[in-house]
Formats: sequence, C-alpha cells, structure tokens
Amino acid sequence: MTCLPAPAKRKLGLVIDLDTCVGCHACAVACKEWNDGGDFGPLVDENTRGAEPFGVWFNRVHSYEITRPATECGGEAPARASAATMSVHFPRSCLHCETPACVTVCPTGASYKRAEDGIVLVDEDKCIGCQLCAWACPYGAREFSARHGTMQKCTLCVDRIYNKTLDEADRQPACVLACPTHARHFGDLGDETSAVSRLVAERDGYALMPELGYRPVNRYLPPRPRRDGSASPATPAPETLDREQLPPMLRWLDRVLSR
Amino acid sequence: MRPALSILFFTTLSGAGYGLWFLCGLVLAVHAGHPAVRVPMFVALATGFVLTTTGLLCSVGHLGKPLRAWRALSQWRSSWLSREGIAAIVCALVAIVTAVLVFDGSAASQRLAGIVLVANAVVVVFCTARIYTSLPTIAAWCNARVLPAFLALAFATGATCWWLLAAASGLALPAWPLIAAAAAVVATACKLAYWRRPADAGAAEGTGAATGLDRFGRVRSVEAPHSEANYLTHEMGFVLARRHAARLRRIALVLLGAVVPLAALAALVLPAAGVALAAVATTAAAVAVFVERWLFFAEARHVVMRYYGTRHIG
Repeated sequence: MTCLPAPAKRKLGLVIDLDTCVGCHACAVACKEWNDGGDFGPLVDENTRGAEPFGVWFNRVHSYEITRPATECGGEAPARASAATMSVHFPRSCLHCETPACVTVCPTGASYKRAEDGIVLVDEDKCIGCQLCAWACPYGAREFSARHGTMQKCTLCVDRIYNKTLDEADRQPACVLACPTHARHFGDLGDETSAVSRLVAERDGYALMPELGYRPVNRYLPPRPRRDGSASPATPAPETLDREQLPPMLRWLDRVLSR
Repeated sequence: MRPALSILFFTTLSGAGYGLWFLCGLVLAVHAGHPAVRVPMFVALATGFVLTTTGLLCSVGHLGKPLRAWRALSQWRSSWLSREGIAAIVCALVAIVTAVLVFDGSAASQRLAGIVLVANAVVVVFCTARIYTSLPTIAAWCNARVLPAFLALAFATGATCWWLLAAASGLALPAWPLIAAAAAVVATACKLAYWRRPADAGAAEGTGAATGLDRFGRVRSVEAPHSEANYLTHEMGFVLARRHAARLRRIALVLLGAVVPLAALAALVLPAAGVALAAVATTAAAVAVFVERWLFFAEARHVVMRYYGTRHIG
C-alpha cells in the first residue's frame, strides 16, 4: 500500500554534522560493505575493473566551497583567499521523509513507509523498476540497479538496528558506526528528549529543501563559526598570564622581552 | 532528464491512439447508425488499438522487471501511474465493445459507446500527464501549462490520423482536415504557452538552497561524490537538449503549426489529393510531437542536480 501510514511517534533518522564531517567517504564505504552482504543486498556494481565503473551507493559525499559576499568581509576582498572561503563536506542519503512522494507515486506498493518507525523501504520482490520514485525524490536517495532491475535505497540499516545478534552498541546504521569524527548520529527524532533531538535543538539543525513539502526526518547541523569569521565572527579570547606566579628568572625575561 | 525512447514512444503513440479514439467517439456520438461511418470507424478503432497497445508495450519495455507489470495496477489510491494503467485497460475494453456495436448495435447504443469512449480517452491522457505534473522535483513538468499541451497534442495527432484513415476508407468530408487544422493550431498555441513560461531555476543557482548553506555565502561544488557517472547523473543530468532547444522547437512549431494547417487548407482546395495531403499532415504531426516530447523530457531539470552544481559528470 503506497498510501502513507498515519504519522508515527517514532521517527528514526540521522543527524549529520556538517561542522565535523571531513569528507573521508568512510560512511559511504561502510554502507556499501554492509549492504553488500546484508538482508537487502547485494549492491552489485557493473564494469568494476573497466574504465567507467557504475554502481549503486546509498551514501554520496559532496564537497562544497562557500565564498562569503565581499560586504560581509568588511567591504573589500580579503588579502588571502582562504579568509573568505570555507569547505563543507556534505553527505547525502535518504532522509526518510514524513511525506515521501517516492512512496505515493509507486504504482505497485513496493515502496512503503513503515508505520512503526517511519523508515522508507523498497520491497525488492514487488518493485517493477519503473523508476518513477527516483524521479519523485528531490534528494537523489534512490538509485536503480540495472542488474537487479529494481530500485534500491538506504534502509537505515533496518537489518542492524533491530538485530539482536549484534551487541547493543552496534545496533546502529553502518555509516554512523564508521564515521571517524562522529559526524553522524542515529536516533528517534520524534522524541524531543532523545540525544539526537537535543543535538538538533542545540545546534540549530535544519531540514533540506523544506519548501518542497516532503518533510524530511534527517537533520543537518550547520558548520560552527570559523576563526576567519565565516558564518559569524568568533575572535579567540587572548591568553592571560599572571606574571606574579612566574619564577624570578622568567619574570625578568618577560619584562625584558615585553619592552 | 534522460529522454528514454521507451517513454517517448509510449506517450506519443498512445497519445495519438487516445486522440484517435476520442475522435471516433465524437463522430459516433454525432453520426450513430449511419452506414457510411461503419468501415472507417472500424478501421480507426483498430488503428487506435494498435497505437495504444504498442505504446503500452513500449512503456513495459522501460521497466526493470517487465513480467511484474501487472503489479502496477494495484496502487490507484495514491499513484497516477497506477490510475493510468487501469484507465488504459478500461479504455481498450470500451473500444473493443464500441467496435462490436458499430456493426451490430442500435444507434442509441453506438451513441452511448461513443460518449463513454470520448470520456475515457480524455481520462487516460489526463492520467498520463498527471504522472509528470505531480512531480515537484521537476519544475518544468510541475506546471499548469503541461496538462493542456498533453491533451491538445494527443487530440491533434489523433485528428490527423482520423483524417487520413477516413479519407483512405472513402469517407472524405471537409470537416476532417478542418478539425485537424484547428487541433494543430490549438496544440501549437499550448506548446508556445508552455515554452514561454517563466524560467526554471538552473542547477548551479540552486546548490546553496538545496544544501541549506546559502546563508553562509555562495556555495559551489568543488568535488562530486564520484568520479564517473552514476544513476542520478545519467538519468537526471541530461544537458544536450538545452543546447539545441531553440532549433528543435522551431522544427516542432513549423511542422505542427504550419505544415498541418496548410495541408488541410490544400485538401479543401484539391479534394483529389486528399489522401496524400492527409498522409503529409499525419507524418508532420507525428514528427512534431516526437520532437516536442523529446524536448519535454530532455530539457527538464531535476532538482537533485543542484547538489552536483554545474560540474556534471557523464
């Protein structure tokens, strides 16, 4: 049934910190590895040793350069290019939207949103590979596998997060566990008291392209202010030094050098 | 968007087929029971069946799992694609019943069948267009000017087909070229209105808005996530059409807006050359709609390409 279920209380999703993401693609690789062998795999690639390898990935990490307008840099172009630019690495995956058109456009009922936790999944046994869902997704979350003949997408590692054979600490999506900078957080965004919800509230987490009306569950945390003033100026406080605490020799040296 | 041939043939062939059935229904509703209508009506209904069925088979060829196509009929509550499939099958059944009634039915039953066929043909083309107009991800399709163009083009191609079939099977009335010419002019106007819509946001301008990072400054993609093409860039990053759009639009406009009406006027003056002129008009309309449909797909930008910016791969 591709009509959407009644809004669930539990909204499992990811919070991705654009401040700490270093663009290492470990999430993408870990996702590929787990899903190659998981219940929803394999994620076959084509032409893997050829000139143009082609394959399905559930995570794609973009890298952007952000240039501040000159007016915000004091009216003139800064002396160093780095002073006005910042790099942001941007992992892109399924946002497990609350009103996903990828589900409602599906003619077969293969695409569905789970009532109990809001995860958006594809039933590979029902999918006819018409690819309309990929057209309907603004976030590029769905990739078609010509080998399978069906659509594939992020499952939020539904075969890990409820997997009793794993240690409790490991019942998280593979991309979250793999991230070396803890830029990815998994949890219930429907629960205001959850760690991920608090993180979103503290850091002003935002949804992607809310104007399209898909109501994504995943949130992105914006980059923190940079020393050069990108985002908002945050000049580091000068270090303090209590001269009276110094030994006499160093106190004399400080006095001489301060002259 | 990549203009897949399967979808191009599906929408143009089935569009012509439903346009033809629409006209069949209209003619039947007006001239029910007239013996001269019988043979051309049967030929046209059969041709419509071939066109719509070939179109549907082409669309099945687009599927990754064609043998599961029957599943597409199940989600009519939410999916326009599903509704279209059901409407198409119902329409085929109505056309078959109509064809039987043309030879073996009362004038009243023929008239009723004609009216049902007219309504059903409109519903199918309406559903086809709604598949595209219901996608907010593609601004060029999610537009009020798309649906009238789909309906008008289906009617125009169907009307030229009817003219040709009726003239070739001995029912050459001056009404047919006039209807075809009027339909072609209306369809050309719809298409002109569509092409003159306000510009859609380009891929590069949208990167900041798509990532939500535009509040920090101008956002530019410096590195794509992958060095080779992937499904998204292959399917949604089609650039070629926008380079040649102006020339292709002119070709479509001249064929539909000039060649078809001129052929129709010539047919009124030279009734002897009616069939040849009808064939010219039908061919011109078919080529025009194919070019138009290719542009409709190939020119459209998908919002996901904003994440890639202007540095397309593949």
